[in-house]
Amino acid sequence: MTLAEKILSARCGRDSVAPGDFINVRPDMILSNDITAPIAIKEFRKLGLKKVFDASKIVMIPDHFVPNKDIASAEQVKILREFALEQGIIFFECGQMGIEHVLLPEQGLVLPGDVVIGADSHTCTYGALGAFATGMGSTDIAMAMATGEIWMKVPPTIRFIYHGQLPKWVGGKDLILYTIGQIGVDGALYASMEFTGEVIDNLSMDGRFTMANMAIEAGGKAGLCCTDDTAVKYVVPRAKRNWVSYELGSADECAMVYEWDVTHIEPQVAAPHLPSNTKPVSAFRDVAIHQSVIGSCTNGRMEDLRLAAAVIKGHKVAPFVRCIVIPGSQQVYLEAMREGLVETFINAGCAFSTPTCGPCLGGHMGILAAGERAIATTNRNFVGRMGSTMSEVYLANPAVAAASAVMGRIASPDELA
Amino acid sequence: MLTGKVFKYGANVDTDAIIPARYLNVSEPSELARHCMEDIDLDFAGRVKAGDIIVAETNFGCGSSREHAPIAIKAAGISAVIASSFARIFFRNAINIGLALLESPEAVVETDEGDTLQIELETGVIKNVTKDKVFKSKPYPSFMAQIIASGGLVEYTKCKLSQGADLR
Repeated sequence: MTLAEKILSARCGRDSVAPGDFINVRPDMILSNDITAPIAIKEFRKLGLKKVFDASKIVMIPDHFVPNKDIASAEQVKILREFALEQGIIFFECGQMGIEHVLLPEQGLVLPGDVVIGADSHTCTYGALGAFATGMGSTDIAMAMATGEIWMKVPPTIRFIYHGQLPKWVGGKDLILYTIGQIGVDGALYASMEFTGEVIDNLSMDGRFTMANMAIEAGGKAGLCCTDDTAVKYVVPRAKRNWVSYELGSADECAMVYEWDVTHIEPQVAAPHLPSNTKPVSAFRDVAIHQSVIGSCTNGRMEDLRLAAAVIKGHKVAPFVRCIVIPGSQQVYLEAMREGLVETFINAGCAFSTPTCGPCLGGHMGILAAGERAIATTNRNFVGRMGSTMSEVYLANPAVAAASAVMGRIASPDELA
Repeated sequence: MLTGKVFKYGANVDTDAIIPARYLNVSEPSELARHCMEDIDLDFAGRVKAGDIIVAETNFGCGSSREHAPIAIKAAGISAVIASSFARIFFRNAINIGLALLESPEAVVETDEGDTLQIELETGVIKNVTKDKVFKSKPYPSFMAQIIASGGLVEYTKCKLSQGADLR
């Protein structure tokens, strides 16, 4: 069995599963947020049950429009808060929260070997730990909150092997953008993506989260890495319950195998309006920008902020350009303060925000006007994603987003003196 | 039998196009329907009539997990979506809430904006009345057919709970 199949078989009480099997899985954590939980709660109520199946396995995180951007958003979060109080489920109030996919691994609430389902498409992020994590809708989440079970179709596995050594300024974001550029936005439709090879062995945990996070952008159901020493080192100080790790299966159990040498790739940039519209950063040097966004569930972790701060330190954001930096959690915020990164960003002329999904989905905290163009470390560049349907979003890594903020156009960090 | 006029779209219609995130601070179906498809088809909500059908190319519904997307389409009056392929979260969400989806690349190629289609959900047969052609869609796996037959996932779960299945 592949890594994904091993995890799924353990959680459905079978010795083995194969792609195409319909199974009932018992998830270890069930997630929803301020956009998806209100519908999930409404659907849960329709069952007439008094209690969720297990309050310790259900977490609700208001993060998309939080701190509440308007009255309607405040009403939505109120629904979550009241449900959390009533049911005793895990809830993170504004002030302790973070962007869900930064927060849950950081707090040790999702662990290797887990099956995690979330009413958010980027739930696949936790695959970086060696968990099977996948996004679903509100009604699926509601029924799982009630029954402790969820039906799944076992996906085929596509293996991605990365050889060589990463050049400077190239990291997890570039690897996943490169991958999506190669296979397309439906290149892994319904499949479980498996990331391996010596480049992944040497990649940091934060870089792996970024890669797994964007598996959905290739249509993937999940994106997994093996639980190696790097992952164990991350997990041990955080875990408050038992967890298990599994080895990768053999290549002939995968539906497909892609193998690339990435020694000579440049930082990658995805042009509007698809994440697969990817080219090396040098192809975009004449593209002027109005805004740079550094943050999100894709790139709002410490390594991301360190990288952006190292690039921007001693420079100023270009005149008439906004650079908005958003830490992924309160913990990331604190660490960034302790390391002096917040000061670096503010001295460079950046706005530094409390954690929120905010501008990534065109929610708040950095919406674009018609004719404006942003470079962002976020995950989607669809029409109107960050604001006006006449605006544009280019996706890139944090170093490129920081360099571009300084140059006022899309730029490689190497271009800064 | 479903009958309606076709709204035709291309590949990779994403959930931000189906219902932009700026409207996700509410979850009322009628409110969501008012903004359905607005970023790629501004007057969709004004033109759509009850029973109409969306036809699109590959990967329809890609992007976010928002159930608001199939809810908006259903509440706008659309009776079914036919596509060459669907993104998986959208596919689950639509089945769960009772929006009919049919996968038929042949029907997509042979159908144009404004054509009239007739769909027989039980058999998956799609008839293009305008062009007088008949297509077959991919059948649902039996497990999913049960959810559809129950009237969606909530009803299916209610039924299982009442049977005392080992769910609780």
